[in-house]
Amino acid sequence: MKKRSRVWRKGFNHAISGMAAISALLGLIVLGWILITVISKGLAAYNVDFFTRLPTPPGMAGGGLANAILGTLLLTVLAGLMGIPLGLLAGIYLSEFGQHARFAESVRFLANILMGTPSIVIGIFVYTFLVAPLGHFSAYSGAVALAIMMLPVVARTTEDMLQMVPKELRESALALGAPRWKTTLQVIFRSAKSGLLTGVLLAVARVSGETAPLLFTALNSPYWPSGLDQPVANLTVTIFNYAMSPYADWQRMAWGASLLITLGVLALMLVSRLVLKERKTK
Amino acid sequence: MKLFRETSTQNRTDGLFKFITLIGAAILLLIIAALFVQLIRSSELAFKTFGWSFIWSGEWNPIRGQFGAASSIYGTLVSTAIAMLFAVPLSIFIALFLVELAPPTISRWIGIGIELLAAMPSIIYGMWGLFVFAPFMGKYIQPFLQSVFGNSVLFQGPPIGIGMLTAGIILTFMILPFISAVTRDVFGMVPSVVKESAYGMGATTWEVTRQVTLRYGIRGIIGGAFLGLGRAIGETMAVTFVIGNSHRIVPSLFAPANSITATLANEFAEASEPLYLSALIELGLILFVITFFIQAVSQIWLKRVRKSMGVQ
Repeated sequence: MKKRSRVWRKGFNHAISGMAAISALLGLIVLGWILITVISKGLAAYNVDFFTRLPTPPGMAGGGLANAILGTLLLTVLAGLMGIPLGLLAGIYLSEFGQHARFAESVRFLANILMGTPSIVIGIFVYTFLVAPLGHFSAYSGAVALAIMMLPVVARTTEDMLQMVPKELRESALALGAPRWKTTLQVIFRSAKSGLLTGVLLAVARVSGETAPLLFTALNSPYWPSGLDQPVANLTVTIFNYAMSPYADWQRMAWGASLLITLGVLALMLVSRLVLKERKTK
Repeated sequence: MKLFRETSTQNRTDGLFKFITLIGAAILLLIIAALFVQLIRSSELAFKTFGWSFIWSGEWNPIRGQFGAASSIYGTLVSTAIAMLFAVPLSIFIALFLVELAPPTISRWIGIGIELLAAMPSIIYGMWGLFVFAPFMGKYIQPFLQSVFGNSVLFQGPPIGIGMLTAGIILTFMILPFISAVTRDVFGMVPSVVKESAYGMGATTWEVTRQVTLRYGIRGIIGGAFLGLGRAIGETMAVTFVIGNSHRIVPSLFAPANSITATLANEFAEASEPLYLSALIELGLILFVITFFIQAVSQIWLKRVRKSMGVQ
């Protein structure tokens, strides 16, 4: 080790500490900057019409995004109906039946890969087998794309949460003569309830702000959602289209939609945090 | 070992239960397999027409029916490289601050802030990037860089705000939380005995970090960086808004460019020719293969690191 004077070493240490503090501050500044922009510009777009009316043609003032709000809720719920149960099943399998099996190991591996797969690739994939062959964009293809994104998240968190349940609980239920399915669904699930809920909420938060998988599946629409086999309006694709448009009025709407999405995602995060905290204090 | 005989109905329902949960697990496998098959099948036309030269051909001209992926791949690689260049050192500094320097309360609050940054939908970054950050870049940062570096090749051209550099910086903001979180956890995993003995020898905080913490955790940090890399490469909305959408490859970082994801997001919906569509899907396939590889490597790597650090 090179010999350096004490003053030099101390000074260098202070310099590094200062840079570390500045880096952390930089992260916070970016966060604050984004939040303040979205909140101030978003609030300016809000009025009763925004939440209750259909969008107007370009150039015309007024109108709202009621259809897109409804559409995003619809897509998220549909995706949840598919993705959550399948994810829970996969998680149960991994935790209860596949601790040391090679098959489960590869499922785990691929679940992580699917989690890291770009959402736009999933959008294209769904396009190739649900949109192109049938010849039209549809709400259900958008929901399937979102469900594919939820599936690995729910599966992995379910496995982690079930693994946190003490082995003794499992063994005592089985020792009382309870069958495996009863043990899992009525004993282990009950004890892991809040953890499972957290996982589900995080999965919903993750997909509800997604744009890329919807671009070529659910598309967008200026009308009310009229059927699952029709393109459906949604907030994120609306933001994409409106922000890129030259109309100031549409850009204002896009900010309003951005604030709504941000608030929704952050609220889901907050609730999942509270759920987890409640469990820890219990 | 079975101590008691189970009744046969119990056996049957449990078998059924196992089978049903197996379906959930099998669907995961099926999706990955189907992803590969579908993308390969749908890009067959483009592959037959252009062969392997699709990857390095720079011409992307939908009107003449000429498609080459080079400009998109180039943009993806460069913007990701910029992001990694900024994000990795910044993350190490942030982790250092959170673990070693900040008082626990502040550290917790900043931790929450970073988590929020990670949860923010990417389209919000895109909106903010296009309307707020790109003008900021064009007005202050880019003229500043030009005045410092003169008219070097990297910073040529009018400071219009959007372009490769801006896309790279927005990506930095997006992956910063992920790499920071992993790095923070890795720093926290270093046994305090090791650190304390270094402090006991009279080492400063930085010396402990550089010679003990970083050495101990370097492989974990590399794993985290890989995860961030995977995210940056596949990020769509944040990049699409600010990269400028030009299929010309130029060395200047101020010039508009394109990435695989931005090309897909912008052109997929309007591609009516089968060959055009097929070329776009082949781009998607390339992206999938790249991210698959990165994810696989980082998973195997992190697993080994965890094992050697005695976790799990």
